[in-house]
Amino acid sequence: MEKVINITVKVWRQKGPKAKGGFETYPLNNISGDTSFLEMLDILNEQLINEGKEPIAFDNDCREGICGMCSLYVNGHPHGPDNLITTCQLHMRHFKDGETITVEPWRSAAFPVIRDLMVDRQAFDKIMQAGGYVSVNTGGVPDANSIPISKLDADEAMDAASCIGCGACVAACKNGSAMLFVSAKVSQLALLPQGKIEAKARAKAMIAKMDELGFGNCTNTRACELECPKGVSISNIARLNREFLKAKLSD
Amino acid sequence: MYWLFNSSIGRKLIMSISGIFLILFLLFHATMNLVLVFSAEAYDMICEALGANWYAIAGTLVLAGGFVIHIAYATWLTLQNRQARGADNYASSNKTQTEWAAKNMYVLGLIIVLGLAIHLWNFWYNMQFKELLHLEGAVSGGSGLVIGLFSDCPVYTLIYLAWLFAIWFHLTHGVWSAMQTIGFNNKTWFPRLKVIGNIVATIIMIVFAVVPVYFGIIGLFK
Repeated sequence: MEKVINITVKVWRQKGPKAKGGFETYPLNNISGDTSFLEMLDILNEQLINEGKEPIAFDNDCREGICGMCSLYVNGHPHGPDNLITTCQLHMRHFKDGETITVEPWRSAAFPVIRDLMVDRQAFDKIMQAGGYVSVNTGGVPDANSIPISKLDADEAMDAASCIGCGACVAACKNGSAMLFVSAKVSQLALLPQGKIEAKARAKAMIAKMDELGFGNCTNTRACELECPKGVSISNIARLNREFLKAKLSD
Repeated sequence: MYWLFNSSIGRKLIMSISGIFLILFLLFHATMNLVLVFSAEAYDMICEALGANWYAIAGTLVLAGGFVIHIAYATWLTLQNRQARGADNYASSNKTQTEWAAKNMYVLGLIIVLGLAIHLWNFWYNMQFKELLHLEGAVSGGSGLVIGLFSDCPVYTLIYLAWLFAIWFHLTHGVWSAMQTIGFNNKTWFPRLKVIGNIVATIIMIVFAVVPVYFGIIGLFK
């Protein structure tokens, strides 16, 4: 039988970056368990518009867990209580009838709130611009198997590359550290021959940018990997530490 | 060399290396303590060797440096992290299932510093410090001091055990975390490092606990 629930949504409302924000609570009835979390917010927004109120601003785009645009800190977890999914993949069947659901923006000094539930995540773009790319000429498309790459490295690189840059790691971290994000971006390139050439400069530049933007120092609490919607492992952080220390020691 | 102080990973490396240095010191200190259970004379010989001699003083200074660096950097990093986290807290709190010790290293550190203050007052002040400044009542052989403290006042046994428990918690996270920061970790080694960390922490706690428990019990049946 289809599950239908009545809920109360407690949402952070904030008019602008400088405005003082606060929580508002809205009752919402007859929500199907098959509704996704963002669809629930759409329904709530329609209700707000019909009541003549301002709809809630929240980030979203692909709604299939690839783009990394959706955020939302739901009931004490970035991307909500379910594991290995983004907020857009979260469904209302995970909530109980009569439950009060608290929805907050990412909280971190490096991710200032723009409005309501939207935060400014340009800091991640700036870190990427500092070195998260390959700029050497790697030639044309090589023949298959002409550059041997071990299965282990290929798998690790793919796992690191699954990072969608949503910022859940920073939101979950008590230190506001971006190490899981940076480590995934450094790892996906450092493990492959095309990326190895600039590995040293990349690790140094991306860490320098990360520190400059005011992200915190990693204390290995593992909150990031436990909340990461893509299950990116902190073994990448060990690799980033290794890459950075190697680069600095060889200077 | 500036990167050691200017970068987050550099500062973390300082925490990691000083932490490993302190763990090695704890292993040495614990082994030395164990001697007292077997022979008070042998223990007093060690105490005299580590009195106000130039090498013992040099060692004490290096050790104190290790503590100061570890504590100062912990404070600096914690303040930076609080700033990076921002002033706004989550109303729905943080429900991520992280390990308690991992999130409370600084609090555990403060408890350890408190215990350290008591410990230095109990022993180091009466032994090396008094001898160094030629104060009255300097004790060169410490066996009487140690046995006296725990057998006369078993409350000290409980205080020391609580202190050791805090150190145990600190080390269960500290050991693998130090290796992770150095870069010596991956998916294969992570579970191994955690086990090694737990073993090291437990060995240190048990060996240290022997002296206060042994003489505390003797004190109770005196």
